Amino acid sequence: LKLANMRSVSVDLNHDASLLIDIPDALCERDKVKFTVHTKTTLSSFQKPDFSVPRQHEDFIWLHDTLVETEDYAGLIIPPVPPKPDFESPREKMHKLGEGEATMTKEEYTKMKQELEAEYLAVFKKTVQVHEVFLQRLSSHPILSKDRNFQIFLEYDQDLTVRRKNAKEMFGGFFKNMVKSADEVLISGIKEVDDFFEQEKTFLLDYYSKIKDSTAKAEKMTRSHKNIADDYIHISATLNTLSADDSTYRHCGGYYMSSFVFLQKVEGRVASDQELKLTELLRYYMRDIQAAKDLLYRRARALVDYENSNKALDKARLKSRDIPQAEEHQKQCLQKFDKLSESGKKELTSFKGRRVVAFRKNLIEMAELEIKHAKVSSPIQPRDFYTLIHVYNM
Amino acid sequence: MATSSERSPPPFPDSEDQDVLDSEEVGGRESDEDDDGGGDDLLFVNPSNPPLTKMDTTLPPASQPSDVLMEPPSDLMNDPLIEPFSSLTENKPTSKIVSEPSDDFVDLTNNLADSPEDAAESVLADVAIDTTEIPLDEPSDDFVDIFGGETEAPREEVVIANVTVKAAAAADKSEVTSDVTDPPGDLKTGSDFEQEANETATDSIIDLSDDLLSSNAQKPPLASDQFVDPLVDFLSDAPPAADAKIPSRATVDLFEDEGNDLFTEPRQTKSAKQQQKSLFGEADEDLFGEPLGATTKKPVIKEPKGKPVPTKAARDVSNMGGPLQDGYTAEPADIFSEEAVTTVPSIKKTSAVNSKTNGVHSEEDTDIFAATVELSLDSPQEERKKGVPAVPSASAPSVSAATSLAKPQSASLEELDDDEEEEEEEEEEQEDKFDISISVKDPEKIGDGMNAYMAYKVTTQTPLPMFRNKTFTVRRRFSDFLGLYEKLSEKHGPNGFIVPPPPEKSILGMTKVKVGKEDSSSADFVERRRAALERYLQRIVHHPSLLQDPDVREFLEREELPRAVGTQALSGAGFLKMINKATDAVSKMTIKMNESDVWFEEKLQEVESADQQFRKLHVLVESLVVHRKELSLNTASFAKSTAMLGSAEDNTALSRALSQLAEVEDKMEQLHQDQATNDTFNFAELIADYIRLLGSVRGSFDHRMKAWQRWQDAQAALQKKRETEAKLLWANKPDKLQLVKEEIAEWEVKVTQYERDFDRVTATVRKEVVRFDKEKARNFKREIINYLECLLQSQQQLIKYWEAFLPEAKAIA
Repeated sequence: LKLANMRSVSVDLNHDASLLIDIPDALCERDKVKFTVHTKTTLSSFQKPDFSVPRQHEDFIWLHDTLVETEDYAGLIIPPVPPKPDFESPREKMHKLGEGEATMTKEEYTKMKQELEAEYLAVFKKTVQVHEVFLQRLSSHPILSKDRNFQIFLEYDQDLTVRRKNAKEMFGGFFKNMVKSADEVLISGIKEVDDFFEQEKTFLLDYYSKIKDSTAKAEKMTRSHKNIADDYIHISATLNTLSADDSTYRHCGGYYMSSFVFLQKVEGRVASDQELKLTELLRYYMRDIQAAKDLLYRRARALVDYENSNKALDKARLKSRDIPQAEEHQKQCLQKFDKLSESGKKELTSFKGRRVVAFRKNLIEMAELEIKHAKVSSPIQPRDFYTLIHVYNM
Repeated sequence: MATSSERSPPPFPDSEDQDVLDSEEVGGRESDEDDDGGGDDLLFVNPSNPPLTKMDTTLPPASQPSDVLMEPPSDLMNDPLIEPFSSLTENKPTSKIVSEPSDDFVDLTNNLADSPEDAAESVLADVAIDTTEIPLDEPSDDFVDIFGGETEAPREEVVIANVTVKAAAAADKSEVTSDVTDPPGDLKTGSDFEQEANETATDSIIDLSDDLLSSNAQKPPLASDQFVDPLVDFLSDAPPAADAKIPSRATVDLFEDEGNDLFTEPRQTKSAKQQQKSLFGEADEDLFGEPLGATTKKPVIKEPKGKPVPTKAARDVSNMGGPLQDGYTAEPADIFSEEAVTTVPSIKKTSAVNSKTNGVHSEEDTDIFAATVELSLDSPQEERKKGVPAVPSASAPSVSAATSLAKPQSASLEELDDDEEEEEEEEEEQEDKFDISISVKDPEKIGDGMNAYMAYKVTTQTPLPMFRNKTFTVRRRFSDFLGLYEKLSEKHGPNGFIVPPPPEKSILGMTKVKVGKEDSSSADFVERRRAALERYLQRIVHHPSLLQDPDVREFLEREELPRAVGTQALSGAGFLKMINKATDAVSKMTIKMNESDVWFEEKLQEVESADQQFRKLHVLVESLVVHRKELSLNTASFAKSTAMLGSAEDNTALSRALSQLAEVEDKMEQLHQDQATNDTFNFAELIADYIRLLGSVRGSFDHRMKAWQRWQDAQAALQKKRETEAKLLWANKPDKLQLVKEEIAEWEVKVTQYERDFDRVTATVRKEVVRFDKEKARNFKREIINYLECLLQSQQQLIKYWEAFLPEAKAIA
């Protein structure tokens, strides 16, 4: 087991140059998104140093699932699978906008449309980004980067034509999850032998529920921000109409309106930055923690297996039958468990470092953006404000 | 033409009011029917001339000086306000340039730039000439005479006023230009002039009071000369008949002097143009209207020879600008007379008032006192004329004071309105020009259960003398506010006034309060309503006409108010229904009414679309408030959640940063909440106010339509009667014919009356809408600044919070 260079792993991956992956391009066709996965490598295991392949979201899922199912990787935190591209909400909004076109002024409609297009674009970018991050985390992982399936995923220049999961498998997966959840409850009652894991378990369980809550709250908050940005669009359009109609406003209404337009931009940007820096961070780590929890689950499972094998060995000894097999099994279980514990400990430690770094980076960026919006993007700065008042008073 | 034939000269003393009304009306209508210039001309001449001629013939003989003294009060009250100006703006131009009365007004504006200066110059020049010719002593002697045993103070005052006239004239230039373009030919223009001048005079008094000494020293002749001016004016207003009848030599002399100074221009006009015969007709052309003609008869004849100012005379006749110039010369004088008047009486009355006059001079004072002052000035003059040297000034003023106090309202009502308008135009900043501030505070629930109601403390602070105290507080319940509105709208609505509406009843909101739920929404409701009531009262007292209403005063001052009944009509849905009904009525009538006035047509459309937009805006802002409150809530829960996450985090620095983030978000929540309040109170409420106000504006349009309808109906009825008359004539039935003739006469009177009513309502609505628009622009401007200021502040806060957070985030290791 080679466990080198674990510190390099974070959302913001500064990995070595032997395997560089990015998604420079993506094509959106109806529900399907085709990502162009571009690889640059110095590794000899690849036939060429530089190549691109088309991949779909389902291919990513396949890759993730094969990694999860690989027994050898049980002691690793498998990077969380990127969420399914969700263009539903902007699409739905676009539809709504089309319906409401009659009730809006032309300007209002145009602005709303622009806003939605921007939102759509943001969702698209975000989707590409999470897929990219998934691959980059794999490429920067000392073990996972050597995975055969991963290399095939990167190199095979045809469509992977991954078999889509059929209904039975989908149900099976669902059932498996149910079993797992039930299992988790059972396992959580098991006496932990290792203090580190005991602590990690408590921490991750607690942290998961907290971060899940925070994510939901942050999403709500961002949505409210967006609502306000939308309100500003409508208000500024109405004010515009009003000042165009009314002779007495003409000079002051324009200012009022323009200030609202600016505000709307700021408000919109605050919302999308918050979305990017805060909500995405929380969302990602929620999934990452889920992956860490899965690791703990697999280890606990191994622990249970080991304890069961102990019991079986005891039984065999009692009955003096099949003792060597039982011993062998017990030994295997112990080995597996130990291996899992060892790599798990490293993975969890590295996860902790990665999380702190990522939080630091994103929080700083968010604070800076908030300040920037308030200071730079806003037209309502002290200087301008007094100019404005001056203009009014003329 | 029909109307003019009916308008027989009203008997002099009794119906002076009526007469004033006439001329006003004519003025008002002229603006609407410019094309009908020829016919109007006659009308113009008529209303102003008749009284004059009548005076000459029917006035009590001069042997009854007491009569003369007694009559003036009614005269003075009205004359100075309306007559001189109607003659100034309308009569003069129309009679001179008979063919194009409308052009005149255009010209007026165009020529304005030069003419005021000219006018001012001419006045100055004339004065200078005069001073050489006429012994300086004389005017100053007069001066002393007039003020008899009084102190030096009045004199100073007057001098100040005099000096300011020039400033006023100059300042007028700009104002008049803007004004005239607005409602050309309206009587308003006339009174506007007066108002402006009045105002500027007031202002300049303040300015000049510092320079008093120097100006006194420098221009004593001018001052004294001009001072005589108002006297002439007053004289001409009140006792013209007496003058004409008593041609005592002394008087003539006196007038000559004064006349020389002041009336150079009018005289020139006359001299250039005409013979003595047409003096009366000419007088109308004069600034000073009828009376002048009478009083200055002599000087006029004499002057031309002595005065070598032929260039001006020529210009007067030939130039369009001529009349204007006349107007200008006259105006300063007139204005000044008003001002002088004001100052003088106030001195007489109380020293306290006096000081005020000198300093921050409230409009009301001026107007209310105007009448009194004039009288007081007048009577000395009168006495003097008759050769009575020592004037018992106390007696005359007291009489006048009584009269003027009896009806200061009617006299000052119109003027105040104008005042307000002008103020707004000039001094957008000084919004509380009216020295009255009202606050509605301490909402208090009285009683229990469904009988409970909210009572508010209404505190008024004002130095206005119309109130008994400077500060007083009364307790009023919500229905009292509604009751006040009902009374006001009943009284002033039909006249075309825009009565500010109160917030409507809210059964839901009030029920919550009654049930005693102490939640935020009910507190919010109470606060919203309190603020709305405060704005409502402020709008009322800042409306110059409404402030004068006794019901308003009663509402503000009286300890116990009789319980308002029948305010249910205004409750929530009912109020909306009412507005909608009014709207329907308007739209129905619009179809019938062939709107000849483009201004109204456009305005109505503007109001309707503004109403629509405001409603939309209100919905949007309400939703903004909802979203903002949501954001505030969500931010709060995110803050809590982040704090929890921070406590779960095992990295100390990150844990610390997260709890700091939680704190920042907590503060953000407060910011959002404040912003929501800001949205609500600065923005949503303002829009709600304007939705209500626009309802009132439409109501005033509606009332105008009604007045029009009534007029049309009367005309139709008259037409019918005339047809009947024709038929009866044909059938030769003299007995019935007589009856019908009487009826026709009756209807003719009615038609005239209704037409006047319509014109009056139209003028008022117009003025009100202009005022409303200005008020609206000002209001919005103020609120915008307020709103942006709040935003600015919260943004500053936001920056502060995040800047404080940044090092925490960077400290994460």
